[in-house]
Amino acid sequence: MEKKENKVIIELQNVHKYYYMGHSIVKAVDGVSLKIKEGDFVAIMGASGSGKSTMLNLVGSLDVPTKGTILLDGEDISELSESDLSQIRGKKIGFIFQSFNLINNLTAKENVMIPMIFQGHDSEERSFRANKLMDLVELSDRMHHSPNELSGGQQQRVAIARSLANSPEVILADEPTGNLDSKTGATVMDFLKDLNKKGKTIVMVTHDIKLVKDYPDIVYWLKDGKIEKITKKTVKRRTQ
Amino acid sequence: MIKDFFSLALKNLKSRGIRSWLTLLGIFIGITAVVSLISLGNGLQLAVASQMGLASNELITVQAGGITGYGPPGSTVVEPITKGDARAIERLSSVEIAVRQNIKSAKVEFNDVVNFRYVGSVSNKEEERDLMQTRANAGPIMGKLVGENDFGKVTLGYNFYDKSEEWGGEAIIPGDTILINDERFEVIGIREKVGSLISDNAVSMLEEDMEDLFEYGNIADLIIVKPKSEDLMDKTKADIEKLLRQRRGVKEGEENFEVSTPESALATINSVLEGVQIFILIVASISIFIGLIGIINTMTTSVMERKKEIGITKSVGARNEHIFSQFFIESSLLGLIGGLAGAIFGTFIGFAGTYGINNLLGTELVPNIDFVLIFLTLLGSFLIGGIAGIIPAMKAAKQNPVEALRG
Ligand SMILES: Nc1ncnc2c1ncn2[C@@H]1O[C@H](COP(=O)(O)OP(=O)(O)OP(=O)(O)O)[C@@H](O)[C@H]1O
Ligand SMILES: [Mg+2]
Repeated sequence: MEKKENKVIIELQNVHKYYYMGHSIVKAVDGVSLKIKEGDFVAIMGASGSGKSTMLNLVGSLDVPTKGTILLDGEDISELSESDLSQIRGKKIGFIFQSFNLINNLTAKENVMIPMIFQGHDSEERSFRANKLMDLVELSDRMHHSPNELSGGQQQRVAIARSLANSPEVILADEPTGNLDSKTGATVMDFLKDLNKKGKTIVMVTHDIKLVKDYPDIVYWLKDGKIEKITKKTVKRRTQ
Repeated sequence: MIKDFFSLALKNLKSRGIRSWLTLLGIFIGITAVVSLISLGNGLQLAVASQMGLASNELITVQAGGITGYGPPGSTVVEPITKGDARAIERLSSVEIAVRQNIKSAKVEFNDVVNFRYVGSVSNKEEERDLMQTRANAGPIMGKLVGENDFGKVTLGYNFYDKSEEWGGEAIIPGDTILINDERFEVIGIREKVGSLISDNAVSMLEEDMEDLFEYGNIADLIIVKPKSEDLMDKTKADIEKLLRQRRGVKEGEENFEVSTPESALATINSVLEGVQIFILIVASISIFIGLIGIINTMTTSVMERKKEIGITKSVGARNEHIFSQFFIESSLLGLIGGLAGAIFGTFIGFAGTYGINNLLGTELVPNIDFVLIFLTLLGSFLIGGIAGIIPAMKAAKQNPVEALRG
């Protein structure tokens, strides 16, 4: 990781996302270019309504831009069908949401196994991996509980396990600590930091200035859909 | 992967509320109707046929009626058939015997209990009596049947003996005396059970006794005709019709009497039953159609309610086909469950109905359980569920992930 210049996984080239509300246009993302490299811990900061979530959805190819190009592993996502894009996304990108977004009809473990179904893994493999991931997020004893029987922090850890289901290269997290108290939030952040150390690329949206100080290497500051400034952690290895 | 969708669908179905299950009522009722109709099979036909006393198949019966004249209802009294008609019929070359029979309702008293029962006449002539007994198809279970010159004596249907509760707890047996329209009659026999509510509850006595008791003179409620040969059934029928048209002065097509052969009676029963079956099938189709709409409705609601879930599964890599399959399978399973419940209940009705018919008629019918047909109805309900699920499933598959995630 230290030696070579890291590979670019996701690249946004002059990307715009507009919403048309009657006669007015909301420019949620307005001309953003950036490169996410393997092993990065990226944060997107900004006020409410500045376009952070919209941008993250574009980075994760959950959404398609109104204008501009998005490259996922060098491939232009606009050339993919909706279904193919979805399947590639399921393999390469893991999502963590502010509101956890677990399926309450299913147990914690089943939630973790869901992404693997769509990649065609058989049930034995799914169960084996889900057990390991539940172990990783220290919830082996809650495996067969429904999400609504778990605390917020526990739910978010299940969501982290789910995001890792298909061993994606990138984890995208939209305010992962937004619904948690600061102590629980810190444990969730530690998990993310750990994952980053193990080589996962993390892109996180937040408006918590404290998180920005401690965790990410690069911070994109967003205002009105535009990147206002970019800050990099000075204590990064390469400057040492 | 399809297997996974099935198990996901089952999990989702388990967590469904009562409202979803209520919408299956349509499919349930429809399939119940179809399956019970099939499993009752010809038991139904047998039941009706035996109620109408169609056990013997070589006799023709003649009754007044048919098209009962014109004008406002009640203004035309149907001209009765008479003893003279019976004699004239007997003189026809194709006819061996023609016997008149009268059936009246009377007050029957025993053990200080009064009930109203049918009384049927029996001829005093042996060959005529034999004919009537062939038709009634019920020998004595106790005592003997009314025979030659048994004036003042009666035989009774099985229920007089069996249903003692109708007679103040006392079963009527040979040797007892009963009052019929206040006249005393000696019971000399009980007939075996035939399963028809009319015959099992009827009193038999000699025609002469009946004529005295009811004073109907020459009238005949019924003429029972035995053709010279069974092959002559249709010709005999035509001969009788021609004769009676002449005697009663009516034109062809305007008959105020009815000559029925067992076949024609059976055909009538069959056509009535067919009508009933068609009616039931129409009702079944309507309820299945309502069921279809019901499933479309719950599935559409379900897609709305689970929008977020759709967003989640899309964000973790579900293709549109995956989402479609999931909802489609769930809908198909809904239909199947409704059909399965209907098939089970319908089979149950088939068994219960057959049991009831056997009990009533003393028959030994077995319900007609056709596994191929049951399989087909289940397949049908699975497909109906699937068809109902197509549009909602397409709606689900087309959800934009970002919007769906917003809920
Ligand atoms: N589906 C939509 N239709 C219309 N406008 C939208 C839609 N989604 C987002 N917007 C608008 O785009 C802008 C950016 O929204 P976005 O959700 O990206 O903000 P955010 O930075 O994530 O805010 P927050 O911190 O509150 O989550 C907002 O003005 C929002 O109203
Ligand atoms: Mg947001």
